[in-house]
Amino acid sequence: MSLLVANNIAVSFGGIKAVHDLSFAVDAGEVFSIVGPNGAGKTTIFNLISRIYDMDEGTLNFNGADISHVPAHAIAEMGIARTFQNTELFDRETVLKNLLIGCHVHRRTNIVQELAFLPSVKAQELAFRKQAEDVIDLLDLQNYRDQVIGNLPYGVRKMIEIARALCVQPRLLLLDEPSSGLNPEETEDLSFWLEDINDDLGITIIMVEHDMNLVSRASDRVMALADGVLITIGTPAEVQNHPEVLRAYMGD
Amino acid sequence: MRFVRKTHYVQDINIIKHGGQRFWYGLLAVVVVLAPLGLDRFYLGELSQVFIYAIAGIGLMLLMGYTGLVSLGHAAFLAIGAYCHTWLLGHGVPFPVSLFIATLFTAGVGGIVGIPALRMTGIYLAVATLAFAVIVEQVLMHWESVTGGFRGMAVPKAEILGWNITSPTSFYYVCLGLLTAGLLVALNLLRSPSGRAMIAVRDSETSAQSMGIHINRTKNLAFTISAGFTGLAGGLFAHKIGYLAPDAFTLLTSIQLLLMVVVGGLGSLHGVVYGAIFIGLLPQAIAIFRDVVPPAVSQLPGLEPGIFGLILVLFLIYEPQGIYGRWLKIRLYFEEFPLYRKATHKRQKSYLRTERLR
Amino acid sequence: MEVLQLLISGISQGCVYGLIALGFVLIYKATEMVNFAQGDIMMLGAFVAVTLVNVMGVPFFWGVLGTLVIMAIVGVLLERLLLRPMIGQPHFAVLMLTIGLGFILRAVAGAIWGNEPRALNTPYVGKVIRMGELVVGYENIAIVVGTALLCALLYLFFRFTRLGVAMQAASQNQLAAYYVGIPVKRICSLVWALSAVIAACAGILTAPVSLIDPLMGFVGIKAFAAAIVGGFGSLPGAILGGLLVGVTEQFAGLYLPPGFSEVSAYVLLLVILMVRPAGLFATMQLKKV
Repeated sequence: MSLLVANNIAVSFGGIKAVHDLSFAVDAGEVFSIVGPNGAGKTTIFNLISRIYDMDEGTLNFNGADISHVPAHAIAEMGIARTFQNTELFDRETVLKNLLIGCHVHRRTNIVQELAFLPSVKAQELAFRKQAEDVIDLLDLQNYRDQVIGNLPYGVRKMIEIARALCVQPRLLLLDEPSSGLNPEETEDLSFWLEDINDDLGITIIMVEHDMNLVSRASDRVMALADGVLITIGTPAEVQNHPEVLRAYMGD
Repeated sequence: MRFVRKTHYVQDINIIKHGGQRFWYGLLAVVVVLAPLGLDRFYLGELSQVFIYAIAGIGLMLLMGYTGLVSLGHAAFLAIGAYCHTWLLGHGVPFPVSLFIATLFTAGVGGIVGIPALRMTGIYLAVATLAFAVIVEQVLMHWESVTGGFRGMAVPKAEILGWNITSPTSFYYVCLGLLTAGLLVALNLLRSPSGRAMIAVRDSETSAQSMGIHINRTKNLAFTISAGFTGLAGGLFAHKIGYLAPDAFTLLTSIQLLLMVVVGGLGSLHGVVYGAIFIGLLPQAIAIFRDVVPPAVSQLPGLEPGIFGLILVLFLIYEPQGIYGRWLKIRLYFEEFPLYRKATHKRQKSYLRTERLR
Repeated sequence: MEVLQLLISGISQGCVYGLIALGFVLIYKATEMVNFAQGDIMMLGAFVAVTLVNVMGVPFFWGVLGTLVIMAIVGVLLERLLLRPMIGQPHFAVLMLTIGLGFILRAVAGAIWGNEPRALNTPYVGKVIRMGELVVGYENIAIVVGTALLCALLYLFFRFTRLGVAMQAASQNQLAAYYVGIPVKRICSLVWALSAVIAACAGILTAPVSLIDPLMGFVGIKAFAAAIVGGFGSLPGAILGGLLVGVTEQFAGLYLPPGFSEVSAYVLLLVILMVRPAGLFATMQLKKV
């Protein structure tokens, strides 16, 4: 059953066609990877799904609803969360605060209740904290809970990005190059966590990746792009041996 | 050194987090409440002024320190609150109602001003607020029927049920009460999702949006609440100065508010209070300075703003974290004694990153 | 005819705003700092000129040259003492620093030269050209010609010299500029010197039109608005913004009720910012995430 369906989406910046006539479908519960050389349009697709960019043509469907013109801040509420290639964390705050901000979509109180800090707000705060702690337990971030993001190493920050996205409790998780900057041991840990997120939490994952080992190990299906155009979609093995893909990566 | 053992999440959510804080804040409360017994009316007046500045400072801090929107024209909201409250009092509205309405009205104006401001960032927003303040000043000068123009308006004496508010002791308690309430409301805001949304908007708009935060609504809320606090301060300020005229709310006033927030320590409510104390006591200190210094210097008309400027410059260069930041460093010294290392606060050399790519 | 006369005063006043705005934009382009004290530096330049020409009797041409040299040194000193410690600090901290600097400069000027308005002994004051019913003062012509000359020089400088390109690089990513061998600190000093010289020019050119006193720097705030209107980061934008503000003010003074000419600059600013939130020649871009 398709969770996310893209139909002939296209977007250009100036004269450059970043994404051109692209169609694909992601099934619920799978891990779907997007691969391709730099400039292929992978992060652009994410930005289109998160509605940071507007599409020039085509439609996007999520869970049956058309999200092509939904405002950017409504995407999280629909159940889509994402991480960013260059971590966009809230640098001056602690890890815990970052995760609590991730819980924002579950907010049910209004500003007047919050200014008075009524019991309903307190109960909600405790619920958010529990949610954040569950994610911290899942990803082993206990040591970093009260540290300011600015002081943390890059690898840890990437994990916190994922943690923050998990606090949204999404149905679909978009991961933009999760293993970049991680050493092989950390990448292996990441693949186990991706498995946990996918199997235990039932979250569909779309992943932009360059590390082919991680892609082969973790993904169900892979989509290969080059210069904004689709090359092929298939299992990791199929895609890795596809002649067009090899040409795009290695040159002629 | 204090180690707090946490056994329940609620300890992180509460405003007062442990026994030590309970003790010191309790002591402060006792001192502040009993102050009128020991101080004469002049000092009570000065302290009331400090409280009023602090309330305005909470407003400015919520906008600048927590949402990251710079405002060079906050005196405009002070003026709107003051004039609105005075006008209502003059028309027979009881004091609490009048103050409340003035606060709401100023908050409303803040919300409206916030709408065009949503599209502007950084210095553009700062200059737009400056422009707004100048325009408000001109409106005050020329809208004679409501504001009395250059002549200004006298502020009527206020009372609640026969009790004269504007006597020094009563006014002191009114200001103190409103400041305490204001601080509590601000603290509530900051530990709730709306407050966190403001911080998120300050640090990274793109990812805040991806977390489901409505950027425009958050910024607008920040403007509204900030204006409300400053409007409340304006209403009280009107009673303090007794007679309203446009020259009480100039660019210099806006800069003074900014000075308070920056010198106190940007990014914390403690900073607001320290800054307010600093601004409140500064004129006294300058007066003393004038007595000590030879007439050639003390007679200079530009002396007071000049000293303002000098203090601002010195703080920004040598202690950018403000008074609160310095206090934290001093406290750390005593907590870690004798293991304190001066390099604890040495930050890596920072380089300029352009703000034109957001 | 009245319209044309207003236009001339508007353009001439606009050029003064434009020159001060140029100083703002120059510093911003090179260091991304906003110098709120630019108007007060202009005031300082004007006073130095008064001291040299009026008090010490130096001939006008040499007095102007001497002023420019002294102000260049003042610019470097200010940068060294006050701005260098602030490199890397958030932008509005620098803004506040320059606001404080403005206060200090005003107090110092008042202490040294007193608060009485002065006039500069310019050789061309009082002379006019008559074209039909139009009266154009020599000082207005001097302002416009001086501005045009400075703009041309700056354009050539930024377009064709390596220093100009280096300045722009240093403002966009300082660390990277260091890596490629750009002497960032020296460039900062140079930019401040240049900016102070331009401000001094503005002060000398405007002296015949308005008297010199410590508070004349407040025109800098309107010039700041003019720079924003033009898009902070664009040199032609600064001049254009200045001209727009100058002309609007003159016409508002004539056609609108009192008090409006004072705010016309700011109303113009708000209107333009609402339509184009980053000024007319915007230089802001959306970050690619």
